[in-house]
Parts: sequence; structure tokens; C-alpha cells
Amino acid sequence: MTQHSPLRAHLTRRGILQGGGALVVSFTAPATIAAAATATAARPKPLDPVQLDSYLVIHKNGSATLLFGKIDGGQGTDVGIAQIVAEELDLPADKVAVLMGDTALTVNQGGASGSFGIIWGGRAMRKVAAEARRFLLARAAERLGVPVEKLTVSDGVISVVDAPRKKIGYGQLIGGKFFNLPLKWNGKDGIQLDFTSDAPLKKPADYKVVGTSPKRRDVKPKVFAQPATYVSDIRLPGMLHARVIRPPVAGATANAVDETSIKSIPGARIVQQGGYIAVVAEKEWNAIRAAQALKVSWSQPAPAFVEPAQLYDHIRKAPVRERKVEKQVGNVDTAMAGATKVVEADYEWPFQSHASMGSAAAVAALKDGKLTVWTGTQKPHYAQQGVAHLLDMPLEQVHAVWVTGPGSYGRNDAGDAALEAAFLAKATGRPVRVQGMRAEGIQWDPKAPASVHHAKAGLDAAGKIVAYHFESKGFSRLEIDSNESDPAHSLIGQQWGLPLKPIQSFGVPDEDYQVPNRLMAWETIPPFLERVSPLRTSHQRDPVGPQIHFASESFIDELALAAKADPVEFRLRHLKGRDAAAVKAAAEKFGWQPRVAGPTGNSKADIVTGRGIAYAKRLGTIVVVAAEVEVDRRSGKVRAKRYAVAHDCGCVVNPALLHNTIEGNIVQATSRSLWEEVHFDPHKVTSVDWETYPILDITEAPEKIDIVLLDHRELPPTGAGEPSSRPVAGALANAIFDATGVRLRRAPFRPEALKGSFA
Amino acid sequence: MATKIHLVVDGKPHSLSVDDPNMPLLYALRDELGMANPHFGCGLAQCGACTVHVNGQATRSCVTPLSAVKDAKITTLAGLGTQDHPHPLQAAYVEEQVPQCGYCINGWIMTAAALLKSNPHPSDEEIRKGLSGLKCRCGTHMAIIRAVKRAAQMA
Repeated sequence: MTQHSPLRAHLTRRGILQGGGALVVSFTAPATIAAAATATAARPKPLDPVQLDSYLVIHKNGSATLLFGKIDGGQGTDVGIAQIVAEELDLPADKVAVLMGDTALTVNQGGASGSFGIIWGGRAMRKVAAEARRFLLARAAERLGVPVEKLTVSDGVISVVDAPRKKIGYGQLIGGKFFNLPLKWNGKDGIQLDFTSDAPLKKPADYKVVGTSPKRRDVKPKVFAQPATYVSDIRLPGMLHARVIRPPVAGATANAVDETSIKSIPGARIVQQGGYIAVVAEKEWNAIRAAQALKVSWSQPAPAFVEPAQLYDHIRKAPVRERKVEKQVGNVDTAMAGATKVVEADYEWPFQSHASMGSAAAVAALKDGKLTVWTGTQKPHYAQQGVAHLLDMPLEQVHAVWVTGPGSYGRNDAGDAALEAAFLAKATGRPVRVQGMRAEGIQWDPKAPASVHHAKAGLDAAGKIVAYHFESKGFSRLEIDSNESDPAHSLIGQQWGLPLKPIQSFGVPDEDYQVPNRLMAWETIPPFLERVSPLRTSHQRDPVGPQIHFASESFIDELALAAKADPVEFRLRHLKGRDAAAVKAAAEKFGWQPRVAGPTGNSKADIVTGRGIAYAKRLGTIVVVAAEVEVDRRSGKVRAKRYAVAHDCGCVVNPALLHNTIEGNIVQATSRSLWEEVHFDPHKVTSVDWETYPILDITEAPEKIDIVLLDHRELPPTGAGEPSSRPVAGALANAIFDATGVRLRRAPFRPEALKGSFA
Repeated sequence: MATKIHLVVDGKPHSLSVDDPNMPLLYALRDELGMANPHFGCGLAQCGACTVHVNGQATRSCVTPLSAVKDAKITTLAGLGTQDHPHPLQAAYVEEQVPQCGYCINGWIMTAAALLKSNPHPSDEEIRKGLSGLKCRCGTHMAIIRAVKRAAQMA
């Protein structure tokens, strides 16, 4: 499989067509990059979302390139999409290259977003491939002089069923030429881009490519350290290195900047506009030294935050910005009043950080009025819009090229870096590479919101839930939008004083417990600091999923205990169909023995073990996680020893890559459940590195994660990038209760949370 | 005052002239020699994304001053093996499809390579202890352990 260099900016779609299928973009010599960078920005008109040619190219050798307006964060979305397209085109998967996230070459399909890559991205691309196949069959029928019904396709070669010598390949039919085939576009861009199509789709029973496990295309370049694999590796001639100066205290603004403080550092200088300060230098190390040496006199604002111990009280008492009832069935109050037993509990979740493996980097160059930015953002088309707005440039003059960044789990610091690199390139007239120091990615990235959750439910005499009321209250999941298309949602834009546009959003549990009366709602509260806040909140992997389902699935176990029921059996009382099947599959894989949760055997031993289960849905995907924990009663330390996971996301496109994706979710969610909490004091965020924001160590990783994939080939895929992140905290909290009899209602489950609990 | 430093990186000798002899090795490799690896992860020796071998020892290049590695023999991930002649760990990483974002990869592979050299057949426990402290944010730890075990069997 051909690897695309991210320095492909000189490619045009016509160039791809004429590439004859090789599509080898050799590593461009640095001297030519800057010139090349702007070539595609000169395109006469934007890509037309209606034209099939905007998505698919057939080369002369019969292979295909898909131009995909999304990106892959390392889970293999591109491979899955290639399989879906290859299936419909009757090509082997390795004959479908996928070019992603270049705004000059791909239509805006929303980038990576909400686990929609395979769900909606795959749905749209499948139709593109089916339309192309129908078109090619019609052409072949003309050329071969037989009706379409007499034709069959194998490996991109169309032949006559009863005369197999009469054949013609895709390459001969259309290779290197445009289809000029308009599609029935739904008029939407971003993740909702789709088409109406009546081109026949392959029957699931006939799948040859979907359901197999071709390998990822980005692994070898990463393992063998191929140049320009990462956005931080992009280098341009004449490029300056930049480091950004963030306020030392939340809300502080610069009164004065002392230029003389960096004058001994070769080539270092200050770039400043409207409250935004950066230093640039020819050499990266000198930019870093300058950032450390620069003396700035800062304002001394009143404390922006509360004492950390007051966080959850603050949330409970804070005014409500918006309230939304998302689910309401029956009459909760009446049913609760008539219940045999009523259970009530509160749960709390802290701010968390993306804490990507490296802080974000971006590179930008302005040439002949056209700006190119290389960015690790999940949503390059929105970064293009954000840069155009920030710099007041026409959209066509801005070109964003996605290149793999250091981790991608939502709206991290990559969007800020893209906009800042663009500004710095314009301000200096030189190509600029900006990269954050460690603190930019932990102290200053947009945070997953802190929240409190209140659950109340009534059980009837038979131990079934008759009334269920669930409320969340917290910081909005979108104080900062999930993309950077509007610079009001970036640090630099906020420092420039752009009008703020916070969005109010949270969420409710996603499950299908059969409960006759339920009310589920959320409330958002104002941020501590409206502008340039290191605690501004946005989307982090499975936005608000971990916090909500920690609460809801812990609570289901509390109900099971009140009903004196086994947690699996109690869930099965209220579930049916695929949901029940997933619970059974996880329990069976785990080796679950039915009993009421709580310590058994020698509960005073130094090390006690327990098991817990949790179930959740997301966009139709069902995940059930059964966990075994060990708790050291002396230290309070929890070890997530073993998991069994049942995962039902409809049709499984690539089982091996799905397995690794789920495994990554489970381990990352284990880290968030056991360790992760952004620390702050009234003036600032004090989590700045891996010592102050610890994550799971390999010595603490589970011994075993068993994964059962429940494949429903006849159903559409429903996504796997995030769903398995959400039930982990609940499963662990339930297992900790089973081991110790201590119910933890606040995450994370650090040793200090448990240590005092044992007499 | 520029200082001259000699290094041998992935078998090739280099002579550098730097403004600050205390500049960490990482910036010499990336910015002076134009290498795409190792990566800047934290600058604090807390994550391992910058790991190289200095005279065979796994070393965090982000905090290693150039002055401390004068005339040293440096090996980076790119010098460990190639697609045609992969190090067993690289082959195992491909086979197990370990990395997701992969930004952490220098730390794990370079540290594991040094580990396998001193202990060619480590137990699970020894692998975990030997790699403790390295960070992977995508949560690929299970696949990392599988790959190190596979590499140990291949070697």
C-alpha cells in the first residue's frame, strides 16, 4: 500500500488522476515544499460535494483512491473505510488508497467526530462506491455488448458471466478520467454529509472484504520512523520556531513585556498582538530558552477558581445556565410515591485532561497571500475556517493539511496550535512551527467537564425499577466548541477579545433498561472564568459518557443491592434483545457466578478481590464491561486485574482493529477512573505534567482483557471509537464495592479515596 | 560562542556547532540533524517519547545535555532497524499492530530493545517493570506487552 507523504500539498485532484494508480508522492525535498504548499490553494473552485469525482478516483491500473474528508486517530478508520469501499467496488482492500483530511483534496466530512467515522463516513462512501460500480457496469455493458445482468465483477475486472474471456477492467473504462457523475447530495457538510442513492448495495451474506482484518497503513511509517509522519516533523525552509507565553495565573493579562530579558538569546524575538504573546527564534532550543527567560509583568486578578475541596459544592449551588429534560416517560413522582423501596445517591466526577502524549504542534506558511497550515487537529476543515476567520482571509486562500498528531481524543490543544501557527506565520512573514511545552497539553488544553449526578429510583415488591429519576449538573461539555471553526473558541481569539459564544450542552444516560416511569435531565453552570480559562471545557473522548455512566451504572448496582439481587440478574430483569445478549456474553466470558454484591470470604485480608459489571449504549453500540479488581486494604490502591468485554456495534468491519480500539478505550478509561483528576488552586491549574497528572502505568495495566465481538453483519455499523470508554468506571466502582463493601461515589478511585475506609 | 560537538548517530559521524552546549540532545537530533525521531513529549524525562540509545543505554534525550554525550554513539529508532532488516521489536510491533497515535513509540521500543539485550527472555512481570514509567496515552499497553513477548520469541 502506498503511503502518502503529508508534504503532498502540491497534489491536485487532476494530479491524482494522472498518477496512473501509483500515487506515490515521494518525499518532497524541503526546498520545493514552500512553493508546493500553495499550489493547491490556487484551485479555481472548492471541491463540489455533488460530484462523485470529489470522493473517488480510479487509476489506469484499476486501483482506486478515496478522497475522505475525515481523519484517523490511530484506530484504523481509513482501513475500515477502504474495506467498505472495496467491498462495493469488488476490489481487494489494498487496492483502495485513502487520502484524508486535506482541505484542498477532500470535501468537509467533519473530520474525526463522535465515533461517526465508520457509521456515517462509511455510509456515505459506501454509496459513492456503489454509484461508481453501477456506472462502470453500465459502461462495460455498452463496451462488451451485453446487458448489465450478464456481467460479474472480480478484483476490478468486469466480465461476461457465460463468456469470461469477454472482460474489461475499471482502469480501461475510467482510469485517469473523471466520472462527471452528479450524486444526490443531502446538502449537508461535516459528519452529516450523505447521499440518496438507489445503486444496488452488496448483500451482507456476500461480503468478502468487510469482516476481514487487513492491517493499518500508518503502523510501518511509525515503527520505522519515516520522515514527516507527525505534524511536529514538518519542516519548511526558513522556518521559525515559536513558543507561546501563557498567563501564570488564570485571568491575568500582560501589562508589560521586557524585550531586554531575551536579548542574549540568538535570534529570539517577541510577537505580540492583543494580549497574545509568543517568542520566535531560528533555533527551537533558543525559542524555548527565550520563553523561559522572557520577563512579563502580569496583572494580578482575583482568584478565578474555588478551593478544590469546594468544587462539587460549587457545582451544586451554582446558577443554572440551561436545563434540558432529555427523556421523560410516564409519571416518575406518582410511581416513586407508590414504590416499595426508594434508593437515592449522588456521584461526582472531576475535570480531566486530554493530556495527549505530546502537546500540540502546528506549522504554517504564508506565500503569495495564501496560507497553508499543517495541523494535527481532528477536524482540519474547521481549522481552515478558523484560520480564515482569525486572519480575515477568504476561505479559498487557506489550506489545512492534517498530519498525525500526538494523540487525538477530541478537542485537545491541537486547534489552538493551528490558529496560533497561522497567526505567527502571518505576523512574521516566515513559515512558523509552534509546539507546546508539556504544560500546554495538560494545564491549558480544553478539559472534560466536572459534574455531579443525582439518581433516585423506586423498586416494587418484585425488585423491579418502577420509577427512575437521573439528573446531571456540571460545566457545559461545549464551553469551547468541539471544533476550531470560530476563533471565539480558541485561546488566541479569546485573548484578542472576540465575543464569547459558549454552547450549553451535557447529556443523559444512554441505556435501554425497561422502566415504565423515568425522567432524565441535565443542567449546565457558568464557567469559573469566561475567557482564556485553563479550565474551559469541551469534548474529550466519549464526551460526558464516562462521568454519566459512572453514576448511572454505579446506581444500578446500588438498586440491585437494595433488591438483594445479583448485579447481572438485576440488569437482565430490565433488559431485552441485543442489550440482554451483551450482558450475558460479558458475564459468560468473565465466568460470573451469581450472588449479591459485597465482600465474601476473608474481607479483612490485606488484599481483597471483587467483581463488577456495567452496561451502556452509545449511538446504538452496546458495551458491557465485567471487571475484576484487587484492592490493597493497607494502601487503598486498586488494581484493575481483569476485564471481560462484550461489544456489539452492529456489523464488524475489521475485527482485529476493532479489538485494539476497544482495548485502548478500556485501558485509557481505566486510567481516567483510577487516577485522573485535574488539580487546581484558586489561581491556576496545578496539573502541569505527568507527576501532577498521573496516568496508568504499565505495571498497573490489566493482566488480561477478553473481548467478545457480537457481530451483526446484517446491521449497519454503529461506531466503536468511544463507546467502550463509558462503562469502565462503573464496572470498577461496582467491583470495588464487591471487594470491600465501600461504595465510591466520587472519581477517581485513588488510594487516598479508599485508604481511610478500612478500620 | 558556538561550541563544536561530535556525535555518531545511527552509524554516521556528525560535527555540530551549537549556541548552547547544555542544549538537550533531542534538539540536536531533530533540529540540527533533521531527524523525525525521537519526539518531544514532556521535556522532563517523565514520558520516554524522546528515548534513544547512548552507547547502548536507553536514555531520555530531552534532558541529556549535548555536553554529556560528546563523541557518544547514538542509536535512534530509525537506526534500530529498517523495513528490510527490522529489529525483532519493530517486526513484532507491525505484527501486533501496536501503536495507535504512536507518538510514544521511541520510548517503548528503545527501552524494550535495551531490556531484551540484557534479558532476552523476560517474564511478563519483568517486561512490565522494565518498561515502567513510560507513558502511552492511547492505552496500547496490552499490545505492547504482546509485542515484547513476541519479539523475545523471535530473537
